[in-house]
Amino acid sequence: MPGVVHVQTTINGNPTDFLCEPRQSLLEVLRDVLGMTGTKEGCNDGNCGACTVVFDGRIVTSCLVLGVEAQGKEITTIEGVASPEGLHPVQQAFLENAALQCGICTPGFIVATKALLEQEPDADEGRIRHWLAGNLCRCTGYDKIVRAVLDAETKLNA
Amino acid sequence: MTSNIVLSEVEYNVVGKRHLRPDGVDKVTGRAQYGADIRLAGLLAGKVLRSPHAHARIKSIDTTAAAAGPGVHAVVTAGDLPFAALTREELGGDYQRLKFANNHVLAADKVLFKGHPVAAVAAESQHLAEEAVKLIRVEYEVLPPAMTVREAMEPDAPLLHDDLYTSELGQLSERPSNIAAHMAFATGDVELGLTQADLVVEREYQTASVHQGYIEPHNATAFWNADGQLNIWCSTQGPFVVRTNVADILRHPVSRVKVTPMEIGGGFGGKITAYLEPIAALLSQKSGRPVKLLMSRTEVFEASGPAPGTWMKVKLGVTREGRITAADITLAFEAGAYPGSPVMQGAACALACYDVPNGRINGYDVVVNKPKTAAYRAPGSPQAAFAVESVIDEICEELGLDPVEFRLRNAAKEGVRRVEGPVYRRVGLVECLEAARNHDHYRTPLEGENRGRGVAAGFWFNRGFQSSVNLTVNPDGTVNLIEGSVDIGGSRATIAQQAAETLGIAYDEVKPTVVDTDSIGYTMVTGGSRTTFATGWAAIEAAEDVKRQLVERAAKIWDTPIEDVEYADGVLSHKSDPELRMTFKELARQLLGTGGGVTGVSNVDPAGEGNSFGVHIVDLEVDPDTGKVTILRYTAVQDAGKAVHPSYVEGQMQGGVVQGIGWALNEEYFFNDQGQMMNSSFLDYRMPTALDLPMIDTVIVEVANPGHPYGVRGVGEVPIVPPLPAIGSAISHAIGSRMRRLPVTPGAILEAL
Amino acid sequence: MEAIEYTTPKTLAEAVQAMADKGDRARALAGGTDLLVQLRGGRRSADLIVDVKDVPELNQISYDAQDGLTIGAAAPCYQIYQDPAVAANYPGLVDSASLIGSIQIQGRASLGGNLCNSAPSADAIPVMIALGAVANIAGPNGTRQVAVEDFCTGPGRNVLESGEVLVSVTMPAPQANSGASYLRFIPRNEMDIAVAGVGSSVVLDASGQNFVSARISLASVAPTPVFCREAGASLSGKAVSDEAVEAAAQLAMADAVPINDMRGTVRQRIHLVGVLTRRTLNIAIQRARGEE
Repeated sequence: MPGVVHVQTTINGNPTDFLCEPRQSLLEVLRDVLGMTGTKEGCNDGNCGACTVVFDGRIVTSCLVLGVEAQGKEITTIEGVASPEGLHPVQQAFLENAALQCGICTPGFIVATKALLEQEPDADEGRIRHWLAGNLCRCTGYDKIVRAVLDAETKLNA
Repeated sequence: MTSNIVLSEVEYNVVGKRHLRPDGVDKVTGRAQYGADIRLAGLLAGKVLRSPHAHARIKSIDTTAAAAGPGVHAVVTAGDLPFAALTREELGGDYQRLKFANNHVLAADKVLFKGHPVAAVAAESQHLAEEAVKLIRVEYEVLPPAMTVREAMEPDAPLLHDDLYTSELGQLSERPSNIAAHMAFATGDVELGLTQADLVVEREYQTASVHQGYIEPHNATAFWNADGQLNIWCSTQGPFVVRTNVADILRHPVSRVKVTPMEIGGGFGGKITAYLEPIAALLSQKSGRPVKLLMSRTEVFEASGPAPGTWMKVKLGVTREGRITAADITLAFEAGAYPGSPVMQGAACALACYDVPNGRINGYDVVVNKPKTAAYRAPGSPQAAFAVESVIDEICEELGLDPVEFRLRNAAKEGVRRVEGPVYRRVGLVECLEAARNHDHYRTPLEGENRGRGVAAGFWFNRGFQSSVNLTVNPDGTVNLIEGSVDIGGSRATIAQQAAETLGIAYDEVKPTVVDTDSIGYTMVTGGSRTTFATGWAAIEAAEDVKRQLVERAAKIWDTPIEDVEYADGVLSHKSDPELRMTFKELARQLLGTGGGVTGVSNVDPAGEGNSFGVHIVDLEVDPDTGKVTILRYTAVQDAGKAVHPSYVEGQMQGGVVQGIGWALNEEYFFNDQGQMMNSSFLDYRMPTALDLPMIDTVIVEVANPGHPYGVRGVGEVPIVPPLPAIGSAISHAIGSRMRRLPVTPGAILEAL
Repeated sequence: MEAIEYTTPKTLAEAVQAMADKGDRARALAGGTDLLVQLRGGRRSADLIVDVKDVPELNQISYDAQDGLTIGAAAPCYQIYQDPAVAANYPGLVDSASLIGSIQIQGRASLGGNLCNSAPSADAIPVMIALGAVANIAGPNGTRQVAVEDFCTGPGRNVLESGEVLVSVTMPAPQANSGASYLRFIPRNEMDIAVAGVGSSVVLDASGQNFVSARISLASVAPTPVFCREAGASLSGKAVSDEAVEAAAQLAMADAVPINDMRGTVRQRIHLVGVLTRRTLNIAIQRARGEE
C-alpha cells in the first residue's frame, strides 16, 4: 500500500511494531491494526475521553494522536492497567463501588484516574471532578465514579 | 451529610444485597466486547451517505463512480430494498407502515431530515468507504422544512408526506397533514371542575429536542451467507426487536435472521430501532462479505432518534385548600420525520401523580423535518411533567402552600383511577413525599442570594412484556442462567440474584449469560424499567421449574411420592423422614446418573406492573451577571419497590437525575434556518461533566409491588422525570421570573433578568 | 480523512524546507487537537503533515527577567502551567493554558497551535495580546516578528505566508506592580467553546492605587480576537476605582461585534464582555497588588 509507515513503539511495556497510514489515528491503530479494542471510540474529536491512553507520561485522547506519532513513544492502554496478580486498585474500586453501568466509558475513566492518583495521591473531590471533566459518562451521573476514585485513593495511600 | 438511604420493608438472603456484577472484571479491564469491537475474517467497512438537506426531493442518484472506486465491494440505495419491487396492492393495509419503515432506513423519493440515509458503500477500509461515498452524485430539489411542532401544524406548512392523513379520534382527515394523530383521554366533567376551582392557572410550555447521549455510537455488523442465513452483531437494547425489524424490512424469514447482542454502551431507549442493521445486511448480501457499519458522533446526533421537542398547554383548577378540581392539557409532540412520538405516554403520565376528578388530555403526534424520534428514558413523561409540575409550583406560590404538602393532598394512591383509565394498586407516592418532607435536605432552609429550591414529582408505568430464561443445573451445584435481556447497567446481577434467591443458593452460584436470538425465547427490550421486573420474573419461574424437577428427582431417588418431598432454602427433604435430606449441591452431583440433567425454562409476559414515583428536591444558585446555574444540592426519592441491588438502583436514580439536569439546563438540538443541526458534537451538545455536578443523594423507599414475588417495581425511567420541573421551578424562584421553555440556558436567564 | 504524508523534521531549517516545498498543501502539526478534527471533518485539507514536535526551538520554554518569556509554538499547555517561572510571573497565561479543553487536551494542545488555528474563540490569544506578546515566525525568507494582536486576519486565517512556521511567542518580562487575567464564559464548567472571553493586564504605580497602563482583549465577539486599544488606554493614569473599571468595560463592549449562533446571542455576548472585563480587571489589579 502506498504511504504506509513502519512504526516502532512500546505499548504496555511491550516493544510493538506496526504498519499504518499517516492518516490513521492512534485509536484506529490500537483497535483496528493491533486488535486492542479496550480503548473505546465515543466521539472521535477529543470531547468524550473514552479513548484516553497514557502517551509519554501524559493522558491524551488517542483519537487526536496520529498512529505515526507513536514512533519511539511509551503508551499505556486499559489493557496494561491490570497485572498478572490481579486488578489494579482503581479497577477494583470501580467494580466494588458500582462506578460503571454500561461500561463503555470505563476504560477511559480508569486510565485517567490511575494517572491522576499517580501524580496527585491526595486529590480531593473537586480536583477529581476537574481532572475527569474530559471523560463523559452518561449512565452514572458521576457520583459513584467520584466515590470510587476516592476509595481507590484511600486504598493506594494505605 | 446524608447520601444514600434505603428504607426497607422486607429482607432477603440474596435479593437486596450489593453483589459484584458478573461482567464487571471484563468491563474494567477492557476485555468486554462491544459492537464495534467485533472482528471477522474478510470484514469490510461500510459508510452511509446522508442527506445534507432537512427536506428535499431526490431527483437522481448516480453511484457509478463510487462502485468503481478503489477497494469498493458494494453500493446500495433504496432501490436495493425488497420494498422497491413491491406494489401497494400486494401490501394492502400494511403499505404505509412498511413504506415509512423502509424509507427511514434508506430514503427513496424524498429526504426528510439532515442525515437521512440515501446510499451506502462497503469497501476494504473505513477510509476507502468514506472516499467512495463522496463519489456518489445525488441531485436534490430542496424544499422548505417544517422544523417545529407549531410550524408543522399550520395549515400552510410544508408537507412531509403527501399521503399522511390525521388519525383523529378514530377517523382519517380529508386532507393530508403533518399531524399524524390526535388522541384524547378524559374523565369527569372538566368544565364543571373548573367552576369549582378558586384558582385557575393556564400556561404554555416548550421543550427542545434532546438526545439520549449514550457514549457508544450505533454500530452493526452483518453477514448474509450464501445459504440465506443472515447473522447480525450489534449494540441493541432489543435483539429480538432488531430481528423483527430486519426480517420485516428485508422480507426475510425471521428464522433465517440471528441477532447476537454485543455489550452495549448505553441506550436509554435510543438503541431499539434498527438503523444500520438492514443496510449492513444489504451490503453483505451484495458483497458476499461481512460488513461493519459504525456511526460517527455526528451521525448519532443527526440520524438516530432524539427525544421530541414539544409544545404544551396546561390549565389547572384548584381550591383554596389546594385540591385539584380540574385539569385540561394539550400536548403536541414532534414525531420527527415519521409518525410515532411518545405523546400517548406523555399524556398518560401527565396527571399520573395526582387524584384528578375531572381531566382531559389531548395529544398530537406531528411530523417535522428532524430525525424520527425514539424512546428516551420514560418517553414523554419528563416533558409532560415539566408543564404540569411547573403549573403546580406556580399554584403553590400563589396560594402560599408548601409544595410537598400540596402534592400530599392530591397524591395518587391505591384505588385512584388515572385519567386514561387504570386504577392504581399499592403505590408509593405518599411514602416518597413523606420521605422527602422528612429529609435533611428539605428540613434545611435554603439561604443566600440568587438561590432557589425546586420540588417536583414524576411517574412511570414499568410495564412487563415478554421475557425468557433458561436455568441449567451443573454437576457442581452451580446454575447457568441463559437470558435474552441485554445488560446495560447490571441486570445480569439483578436477574441472577432473583434466581439464586428462589433456588436458595448463593449469588455466586448462578452464572448468567446473555445470548443470541436463536438461543433463548422471545425477550423484549432492555428498557422501560422492565428488565429486573419481567426478566427477573422469568428467572423466578425458571427457578421454580428447576425446583419442581429437583423435587421429582429426589422423589425418584428416595422412591417416594412427589408430595412427600419439599424444597426450602436450597435443601430437599422428606416431609416425614428426617433421614432423607439433600442439599441442592448434593442432588446436582447425582443428576446425570439418575435420569439426566435438569433445565428449568420459562417464557413469561407478567401482569402486575409496579408503577413507580419519584420526588426530587434541588437547590441551585444563579449567577445574575452571567445567567449560569450551579446545582448546589440534589436529593432524589423514589419508590423502587424492592431494590434488588441497591447500588444499581442508586446508580439509575443518579444517572437519570443528571440526564434530567442536562435536559433542563443546556442540552438541545440547535438548527439553522435550513433545518441543519449546528451542534452535532459533544463539544456543543453540552452534556454535564463531572465538574458540573454535586453528589446526588438518594432515598430508596421500598414500597413492595404486590404484583411481583419480591416486590420489584422498576427503577430506570422515573428519575429523569422530576428534574426538568424541579430545576425550572428552582431557577424561577432564584430569579423571580418564570421560565417556561427548556433548556433554561444562561442566555435565557439573562434575558429574563 | 484524505490520504496524507507525514514528516518529522529535526531542525527548524528542515521544518521550513518541508513547509516551503508543499506550500499551501502543508500543515504544521503540534498537538493536533484542532488540526486533526478539521482534517477529519473536511474543514481543512493537506497533503503533508509536518510534525514540528522534534524541532527544539518550537518546544522551549525559557524565562529571563530581562528578555521575558519565550514559549515554543508546540509546547503543550501542561508544560506551560507546570513551569515554575510561568506560574510565578504570568498567572494570566496559566489561566488560559489550564482551561483549554480537558486534561487530555492540555497534554497535547499548544499556545502556538491555538494562535495558528486563529479561531475567534481561542482562549489563549486574548491574554497573549493583553501581555503584549510577539509571534516569532520563520520562513524561506528568514525570520520576522508580528504582534499577536496583528496575527489573526479572519476566522481560521492569519498572517502566516506559505512555507512559514510559527516558532514561538515571546512575552515581555512583567513590569513591577503588574498583573493579568483571563476569564471566559461557558455554560458548563469545562470542555466548552467560549461564549465570550476577556484577557486583561494592568500595570499599577508603586502605591497600587493608580493605573500606569492596561491592555484588554476579547474572544468570541468578532471574526478575530479583538484588541481593545481604547478600553486599555482609558485606564492609563487613572486612579483604580469601580468607575474607571466600568468605563473600560463599556469601551470594551463597544468593540464587540459578535454574531448570534448556537453558542450565544449578540446581546448576551456584549453583556458578557462587560461582566468579564470587570472581573478580569479586578483580578489583574489584585494580582498586581500581590493580593492573590
